[in-house]
Amino acid sequence: MRTLWETLGKGPLRDIALVCMAVGVIGLSYGAIAVTSGFPWWFPVLMGALVLAASSEFLFVGIIAAGGSPIAALLAGLLVNARHLPFGLAVPDVLGRGWRRLLGTHLMNDETVVFAIAQEGLARKRAAYWACGLGILACWPVGAALGALLGSVVRDTDALGLDAMFPAVILALILPAMKDRALRRTALAGSVIALALTAFLPAGLPVLVALAALPLFRVKSLEGAAR
Amino acid sequence: MSGPFPLLPTLAAMFALAAGTFLLRLSGPALRAKVTFPKQVEKLLEVSAVVLLAALTATAALTEGDGFAGAARAIGVLVGGVLAWRRAPFLVVVLAAAGAAALLRLAGIP
Repeated sequence: MRTLWETLGKGPLRDIALVCMAVGVIGLSYGAIAVTSGFPWWFPVLMGALVLAASSEFLFVGIIAAGGSPIAALLAGLLVNARHLPFGLAVPDVLGRGWRRLLGTHLMNDETVVFAIAQEGLARKRAAYWACGLGILACWPVGAALGALLGSVVRDTDALGLDAMFPAVILALILPAMKDRALRRTALAGSVIALALTAFLPAGLPVLVALAALPLFRVKSLEGAAR
Repeated sequence: MSGPFPLLPTLAAMFALAAGTFLLRLSGPALRAKVTFPKQVEKLLEVSAVVLLAALTATAALTEGDGFAGAARAIGVLVGGVLAWRRAPFLVVVLAAAGAAALLRLAGIP
């Protein structure tokens, strides 16, 4: 088996390392917010490794800290993570075989999926998915542990603009796919739907409802086929 | 240190979230292994991942909770997006997005 280095090359690996580092820094604020909300230091670390889906963990911690019930926090977290089902439908070939498949399944998240999509060819898709996934599996809980130890010192990572990093990363990685006109229209329509519904639906649901824009792509591509 | 909330039920809910999230991650590939989809549906499944990621970008860039996230983050992401569109290196894109948002906040823009 070829190494990740040989398959991916320096450029993509550097990009992946950068994203993993950014995830680690966001982990700092996650760990800090958790301990200053009254969680023991090990809680965000354990949750980070086991759930491995940042936005659902922030939401879980936030609901508990605000006095919400564990059940409410669980349901909200599951709703936010529901997008992993369609993710899994889109990228089943990168997950590996046998026992590795279990780990590969656990590594599925926004960043790994978008890096896999951005690469050409199955070998490169798989390498990008695994490199990013293993990097995040290391950086996210370690970041949370450091944040928990440093506590309120690193609580306000917004001052560093880190909250703009995650959307910019995903945007940069899906831009090449947007060259396809039908796909671009569908993605834009889905984004508008999600934005319009954010004020009315619980977190996680607007992104799922964005899939209601899919018929746009279908109609377009069928027209193309008929021509 | 223990918080003002019951730790054991919270811990149980966390384990349930981990298990539930794993099942959500597992069900897509499991379904694909059992059912063979026509080419067109397969294409549509790929498209749906991009649509989800685009909607995620839009909501993460512009919203926080139920409302607007503030101009600093939105402009930061926009700066990153324009640089990515002009084929700037990934490192530049990401650092410019964070830097622009940080500078705007320094200037008092939320």
